[in-house]
Amino acid sequence: MFGYYLDLALRSLKRHKALTALMILTIGFGVAASMTTWSVFRAVSGDPIPWKSSKLYVPQIDAWGPAVQKNNPDPDKGPPDALTHGDAVALMRDHRGKLQSAMYMISPSIVPAVPGEHPLNTLGHAVFSEFFPMVDVPFKYGSGWSAADDEHRAQVAVISSKINRKVFGGGDSVGKTINIDGRDYRVVGVMDEWNPQPRFYDVVNTGGFLQQDEGVLLPFNTAIAAGMSNDGNTNCYESPKETGFVGLQHSSCIWNEYMVELDSASAAQDFKAYLEGFARERHPGWTPNVRLRGLMAWLDHEHVVPPDTRISLYVALGLLLVCLVNTAGLLLAKFLRRSSEIGVRRALGASRREIYTQFLVEAGMVGLAGGVLGLVLTGFGIASVGWVLPRDIAALARLDVTLFLTTLAVAIVATMLAGLYPTMRAAAVQPAWQLKSN
Amino acid sequence: MTLPPILAALKKHKAGVTLITLQIALTLAIVCNAVFIIGQRIDRIERPSGINENNLFLITQSWVGAPSGDDQGSVDKLDAMQQTDIATLRNLPDVESAIAINTLPLLNSTWSGGIGLKPDQQSSTAQAAFYFGTEEMIPALGLKLVGGRNFTRSDVNHMGFRGHNRPPIVIVTKALADKLFPKGDALGKTIYVDRDAPSTIIGIVERMQVPSPDSWANDWFWNSVLIPTRLDAGFARYAVRAKPGRLDAAMREAPKALFASNPMRVIETGDNFEDTSVHSFADIRAHAYRADRGMAILMGVICLILLCVTGAGIVGLTSFWVGQRRKQIGIRRALGATQHDILRYFQTENLMIAGVGVVMGALLAVGLNLWMMKQFSMDRMSLLYVLVGIVSLLVLGQGAVFAPALRASRVSPVEATRSV
Repeated sequence: MFGYYLDLALRSLKRHKALTALMILTIGFGVAASMTTWSVFRAVSGDPIPWKSSKLYVPQIDAWGPAVQKNNPDPDKGPPDALTHGDAVALMRDHRGKLQSAMYMISPSIVPAVPGEHPLNTLGHAVFSEFFPMVDVPFKYGSGWSAADDEHRAQVAVISSKINRKVFGGGDSVGKTINIDGRDYRVVGVMDEWNPQPRFYDVVNTGGFLQQDEGVLLPFNTAIAAGMSNDGNTNCYESPKETGFVGLQHSSCIWNEYMVELDSASAAQDFKAYLEGFARERHPGWTPNVRLRGLMAWLDHEHVVPPDTRISLYVALGLLLVCLVNTAGLLLAKFLRRSSEIGVRRALGASRREIYTQFLVEAGMVGLAGGVLGLVLTGFGIASVGWVLPRDIAALARLDVTLFLTTLAVAIVATMLAGLYPTMRAAAVQPAWQLKSN
Repeated sequence: MTLPPILAALKKHKAGVTLITLQIALTLAIVCNAVFIIGQRIDRIERPSGINENNLFLITQSWVGAPSGDDQGSVDKLDAMQQTDIATLRNLPDVESAIAINTLPLLNSTWSGGIGLKPDQQSSTAQAAFYFGTEEMIPALGLKLVGGRNFTRSDVNHMGFRGHNRPPIVIVTKALADKLFPKGDALGKTIYVDRDAPSTIIGIVERMQVPSPDSWANDWFWNSVLIPTRLDAGFARYAVRAKPGRLDAAMREAPKALFASNPMRVIETGDNFEDTSVHSFADIRAHAYRADRGMAILMGVICLILLCVTGAGIVGLTSFWVGQRRKQIGIRRALGATQHDILRYFQTENLMIAGVGVVMGALLAVGLNLWMMKQFSMDRMSLLYVLVGIVSLLVLGQGAVFAPALRASRVSPVEATRSV
């Protein structure tokens, strides 16, 4: 029977070519617009480290007090989104999490070993040794450094594959010496290709998305000792009392990020309680104002998904809705015009259910055709988002199997939904009435 | 033409009429809001920066193993390196002027702070961005001085990036002057920059945009403070103006000349905006507004598709109704209705449907805007957008219905005698 319905649907669709084309185009454009915007949305709102995101937390501590909070536009009056250097170092010293790392962004220059090559800039972070197991940094050669290296301010570095290629021409460079900002460091690890999006461990400075990869990771204490200054945001409530980088370290300015791994919800509760005690001790002037957000909640709090991406998605979904209403209207007109045909079929013994199937098959076929067109258009859409959206975000949108199947499914399901009411009306046709009026 | 017969006919197609009304309403609501977004983005993009952007380019470079800049000796060393670079750039045949400056409008790299009228004022009177440069900043960037005087060479000092000895005078933009002193008597007044530095306003420039094009700076977009200080750090930015028509050549020659004078520095030419060190101002502008331009294009494309779909939907649905009513049309024609009457019938019918649709749509559009204001802190949409939207959709409806209506009007009275 299904084959017969397919045949009937094809004949019916062929009879009104312009109308069929119109429906297919409508569905195609509607689906393509929403799928293209969804592919971008999916890319920016995804979980960057799904196997572990539930265990990663970001602590916040109010180091400025209620006087500054008065001007805080945030109704929640939460603490600022970064830590003072003093707080970050003290948290590290207490070492209450399973794994943790204070960090700050650096942008040192690297002098290639090859003579005649110009120096190059790179982006990186000064971190502690536990950073590597905490965020699962993949290594091609070697590994991170040890806790003892942290302690002794060892002159060691972990570099990206890209820097490894540029400076050493690739290969296993563990043990080689690299010149960073005019000082020599021993390479202990070469990272595998690693460019998590969003850059979850430091969204404050990266805004979430960066095309540049993490070029170099240095021990936090070593970088501080070398006077390697912060390249990320520095947020001050008042100017530092002393000058220079040391002045910044002693100031109430916030420029350190922090991440901690906690194994369970109860461990997170304990840590939160510890954090309150910590804040009470370090900032005795006011009641502790601290937060401990899980990674995904933190990304949400930092508005990592650009509002434009969300607005585009909603507007495109609105377009899809209009397309569906449009298709429903056209299908309704089309089906009802065939009332006499339905009457004849019903009189000849077709059940309501069979009429249902017949017309839903027809709607489904329109949906399938619309979906195929939608796929092609989505392909075009994704290819041209780079032209429309910021490059760092556009580069993330991809046409993969999931998107491929979702596009088809959305098109078919949506069209059949749109066809549901028209089909119901068609099935409700009274055979006797139709036969009489003829 | 009286309305009751049209209403009676519409009642026969309740579902179809409801759907097309709903479609028109949704289309109006979405198009109004999308066009409003486009309008806002265009307004943003078209804000003048206040500087002369022609033939201007920017070099961002850093020295390798530069002195720390934390003690006076190393600050002086950095300052000398910066002066050497400026001299090198000015000596190039294609270069008209070159200055060192901490940032430029639209570059995004922002140093901002609160401006108060009293020392130790808890909450500042205005937020403003700081530009650090010399007496050459105003002429080299083509800023227009509208009151007071420019800095002189002796006003200018130099300090480390994290230094404290700011000079006691500043030049502010007119927007900031008016915000701080609404009576218009800002010249000669003392303001407190970042809570602790008393500074006298010695000059007012007409306009200079802040470096951040982002929405967080929307409220203080024209509030800039010019500070007569050469900032010395491990990196430096040079705003260079090429001679007319020589921009490309100057942009090519400048890095070479800098490398020739001192090779231990980073000047990159990468694939991305971020890892490129030399940008024409046109590039900086395009990069700053890329997202806004993209959003406007995207909204434009979606509006276009929406209007096409709705227009085509009206054509399709009306064609069906015309096909269905051929016999009735024939009867009306046989009873003496003119072709014009039939045409008018369908036009009026569409006007009624679209009329209800746009009223619903107008409410929906305002509701959607209110929701977006809450969700995305968007501005309130002017009702003008809704009015223009209503008119456009009514015109679209009338246009879309015209072809099928014309076909209906050509139905011959003979049809009345034929059975379907």
